[in-house]
Amino acid sequence: MPESAREERHTIGVLVDNEPGVLARVIGLFSGRGYNIESLTVAETDPQGKLSRITIVTSGTPMVIEQIKNQLGRLVPVRKVSDLTIEGPHVEREMALVKVHGAGEKRVEALRIADIFRARVVDSTNESFVFEIIGKTTKLSAFIGLMQPLGLVDVARTGVVAIARGPAAF
Amino acid sequence: MAYEEMSGAKILIQALVDQGVKDVFGYPGGAILPVYDELHQQNQIRHILVRQEGGAVHAAEGYARSTGKVGVVIVTSGPGATNAVTGITDALMDSVPLVIFCGQVPTHLIGNDAFQECDTTGITRPCTKHNYLVKSTADLARTIHEAFYVARSGRPGPVLIDLPKDVQLAMGAYIPPQDIVHKTYQPKTRGDRALIEQAVALMAQAERPILYCGGGVVNSGPKASELLTKLVDVTGFPVTLTLMGLGAVPASHPQFLGMLGMHGTYEANLAMHGCDVMVCIGARFDDRVTGRLNAFAPNAKKIHIDIDPSSINKNVLVDIGIVGDVADVLEQMLNVWTSSGVKPDRKALAAWWRQIDHWRTRNSLAYRQTGDIIKPQHAIRRLYELTKHRDDVFITTEVGQHQMWAAQHFGFEKPNRWMTSGGLGTMGYGLPAAMGVQLAQPGALVVDIAGEASIMMNIQEMSTIAQYRLPVKVFILNNQYMGMVRQWQELLHGSRYSQTYMESLPDFVKLAEAFGAVGLRAEKADQLDDVIKEMIAVDKPVIADIMVDKAENCFPMIPSGAAHNDMLLGPEDKAEKPISEEGMVLV
Ligand SMILES: Cc1cc2nc3c(=O)[nH]c(=O)nc-3n(C[C@H](O)[C@H](O)[C@H](O)COP(=O)(O)OP(=O)(O)OC[C@H]3O[C@@H](n4cnc5c(N)ncnc54)[C@H](O)[C@@H]3O)c2cc1C
Ligand SMILES: Cc1ncc(C[n+]2csc(CCOP(=O)(O)OP(=O)(O)O)c2C)c(N)n1
Ligand SMILES: [Mg+2]
Repeated sequence: MPESAREERHTIGVLVDNEPGVLARVIGLFSGRGYNIESLTVAETDPQGKLSRITIVTSGTPMVIEQIKNQLGRLVPVRKVSDLTIEGPHVEREMALVKVHGAGEKRVEALRIADIFRARVVDSTNESFVFEIIGKTTKLSAFIGLMQPLGLVDVARTGVVAIARGPAAF
Repeated sequence: MAYEEMSGAKILIQALVDQGVKDVFGYPGGAILPVYDELHQQNQIRHILVRQEGGAVHAAEGYARSTGKVGVVIVTSGPGATNAVTGITDALMDSVPLVIFCGQVPTHLIGNDAFQECDTTGITRPCTKHNYLVKSTADLARTIHEAFYVARSGRPGPVLIDLPKDVQLAMGAYIPPQDIVHKTYQPKTRGDRALIEQAVALMAQAERPILYCGGGVVNSGPKASELLTKLVDVTGFPVTLTLMGLGAVPASHPQFLGMLGMHGTYEANLAMHGCDVMVCIGARFDDRVTGRLNAFAPNAKKIHIDIDPSSINKNVLVDIGIVGDVADVLEQMLNVWTSSGVKPDRKALAAWWRQIDHWRTRNSLAYRQTGDIIKPQHAIRRLYELTKHRDDVFITTEVGQHQMWAAQHFGFEKPNRWMTSGGLGTMGYGLPAAMGVQLAQPGALVVDIAGEASIMMNIQEMSTIAQYRLPVKVFILNNQYMGMVRQWQELLHGSRYSQTYMESLPDFVKLAEAFGAVGLRAEKADQLDDVIKEMIAVDKPVIADIMVDKAENCFPMIPSGAAHNDMLLGPEDKAEKPISEEGMVLV
């Protein structure tokens, strides 16, 4: 496969004015132009400046990734677009809440694995746990996979948030 | 300083005045009544009452494109807004600056399925450059000034403001435009100096260069066209223009190769195919221009100048991408070119020109006018010949074969003289657009070159034209077919003319008369000149029904999925070159 046709996964940070419709603009751009969204998170990060930060994990050929960034940059309320994947080292984290239903040996096993993964118990009944787990997407997926045979009933994930390493601001 | 308090409706009028707006196009309704009430009580803004909101938007497009100003539209909520959507999309595709005001139900009813409510900002989000729902009168003045700024800056486009009725009625402070600075939207207009130097170095070494220029030159203003013509002169390079760029270089310029692309000239397309350095200036590598992408200018180094970073490397990967305004970048480029004492390879250029002149001898736009039947190309040629001594001719078109023949056979010496729907290809654009042009250019000769099918799409605007006594000329190339679609059916679908013949067309002469206009008809070649002359001479709107050869097709043509060097030059060509399977699915 030529270089130009290979799909790459990129994590993109977008700083936007927190005004009505801004998320709809970003999502509409992705659906309207047929770009992939693997995950998307958003929250206000600067209440004084009324700014929100969106983290998008997407995939595409290098040409498509460049288009995605340029198209995002064109949206009027977008202040900054940064491709964390290519702009140096960065940290990515995701959180999941994982509910497991079971008793006896399976329940013990679930707890044991949670301990290895440093997942915390945030709710428990006689026959269930809710684990909170934070880490890279791959770690979360591995944990959830292991919970499958132990009575996994529900998962909620936040999607990825990411930030560049080092002292520089976004 | 304390700002004056006034109603939202009055703020709107004041903001328009301060933005230098003279004319607005619109149609009233319940949700926009307060604005209409204010319009009634002032005389600085002229309101043009159209017959359908779609007409208002195209009229504003014609107004904007012929003047370089922002076009303004006012419509009501619900159906008023949805009727405007086609025109708004058209303006987005063709980078036309517009500000559209829509009435909306009062804020407390939004979301309740109130009478004539629709989610206007939701519907228009993907087809505007930006849109706003104003929920408080306090924000209105700022929003309007910002909307004008966004519409005209960078890559121009339509901006919509949704105005709930209570916001129009409530009182708020009026903030004048000079007190507004946009926080984030600051497009870059000067090009990167280092990149421009690299571009000039590449151009200086070129043996087979071409300048491929488009609508961005027109968008950038008349100075950009002057600078481009200067670049053409100092470099000695051949230049070709897209449909949207026609007029950016005078058609009579000896280095102009004509339009390129699907219906472009043989010499323009072969020069694109064979070039070693391509300089794309304010054009966007549209599929109608590139043909099959993997065969597009296979040996060329490519330079692209565009104000919108997302246009660069979108369809075609380029070697040097320069983000900036055409006029600014060309000025920089010309400075570098002259100050660094570039000596282009004159010998190589001379050989390139010999090759191009050889291609030119194919005379790819030739047609034969013999006998009584009027060839559509001949009708355009005569219109051009009989008007080219004038400096005030503005042409709009509908969409179809007639549009392409107009592009091929009418010569434009200046920018802003040619208004056509390129990106969306909206039938029904030409008549309202001509109306908008005529309002902006009183006394000028404004002709809508139309097809008999397209003209029916917004024919109601003849009534507006009559009301405002606009001497717009509608020049219909009447082939009784949706010619362009029929041409594709001939090429791709075994000449099965499914639904492309129109029975029961109106009698256009009588129709003109019904609208208070003058109706003329030419059925034979020897009547053509007289009809054209009379059409121009009468100081009234005219519909000239030119009965043309029904069977004529538009050539040259690069069939979909083919490369630039694979053109069909005439009907006899097509039998030998079957359309590829990949080509069949393209539009
Ligand atoms: C039936 C039909 C047939 C057609 N056949 C052809 C054909 O044969 N040939 C042809 O050329 N077209 C044809 N078209 C039109 C085609 O679809 C496109 O609309 C057209 O090619 C686009 O022109 P353009 O590249 O000049 O771009 P435009 O749509 O005019 O875009 C302008 C570009 O310039 C940039 N720009 C805007 N302002 C500035 C500025 N101030 N400074 C710098 N850059 C700026 C924009 O970002 C954009 O990239 C046809 C259309 C129809 C309906
Ligand atoms: C609103 C709209 N609907 C459909 C089309 C598809 N279309 C493109 S050209 C054309 C036929 C135009 O016929 P006419 O106006 O008679 O022009 P001609 O090609 O015959 O010159 C059609 C239907 C379009 N471009 N716009
Ligand atoms: Mg027709």
